Amino acid sequence: MDSLTIIAVASIVIAGITISLGAIGPALAEGRAVATALTSLAQQPDASATITRTLFVGLAMIESIAIYCFVVSMILIFANPFWNHVIAQTAGK
Amino acid sequence: MHLSPDQMIFWQHGFFKLNGTIAFTWGLMLVLAGGSKLITRNLSTGLERSRWQNLLEIVVTGIEKQIEEVGLSEPQKYLGFLGTLFLFIATASLCTVIPGYEPPTGSLSTTAALALSVFVAVPFFGIEEQGVGEYLRSYAQPTVLMLPFNIISELSRTLALAVRLFGNMMSGVMIIGILLTITPFLFPIVMTLLGLLTGMVQAYIFSILGAVYIAAGARVRKPKPGPMQTVPA
Repeated sequence: MDSLTIIAVASIVIAGITISLGAIGPALAEGRAVATALTSLAQQPDASATITRTLFVGLAMIESIAIYCFVVSMILIFANPFWNHVIAQTAGK
Repeated sequence: MHLSPDQMIFWQHGFFKLNGTIAFTWGLMLVLAGGSKLITRNLSTGLERSRWQNLLEIVVTGIEKQIEEVGLSEPQKYLGFLGTLFLFIATASLCTVIPGYEPPTGSLSTTAALALSVFVAVPFFGIEEQGVGEYLRSYAQPTVLMLPFNIISELSRTLALAVRLFGNMMSGVMIIGILLTITPFLFPIVMTLLGLLTGMVQAYIFSILGAVYIAAGARVRKPKPGPMQTVPA
């Protein structure tokens, strides 16, 4: 296998694995966060403004981990520097 | 498949490229500034007011209340900066309903610029509130060993702000683009709705996180309570 094939296969496989593994952790964590927020809302309904705001901020912080994995995956597929380099090399030959 | 409005080039002259990011950012600035100027031309303080003035008052008092709830006791000082952040990102996301428009926050350069302005604003407001010595001393809290970690956390917070906003906006645009090639009619509309919701949430998150960082940097150290206050009855 020449380097063109190796780079292509590695990029495609790792892009798929990155986003699939990277979505598991944040999804579980967000589920737990919302469950705890619902419990505390049921216990103290008059603190609902604070609880809701803190819940959304916390969800955004957890979501950013999944976003990082998504950005890496997109870079591997669409803006892959190794792929561009090796394509430029084969086009130059 | 283009990743960001940077790749939509309208006009080129040598080194300078007028790409979609610059054009849409200036368009948003014109809409926000021009619209506000038009609405605030004849402000009325009585019970009779135009509905546009009502709208602006709801927005401004809402942002003020949020800033106060975060812990900044004088929201007027920070309203300009944090309110502009929220309004810019929210309008950038709302205008997605206009065909042919792509949010400029879907480009990493815009989000990096916004994150850098928060990065500069935190020490600016902190020094304005506490003075230079007290603010620099806060980096060595609770012990001097934490100094490199505090600095690293400042830098990584800024990077996280930029990548979070960029990732959310870019993913919305990309999902719609992919779906348009697969199922043209129903799903892109549903995904545009979802993109609007996440855009508004991300605008709120960006400005609230900026407010939390500024509040953490501008917090005046309260004197510790004396022994009399902790004696149980």
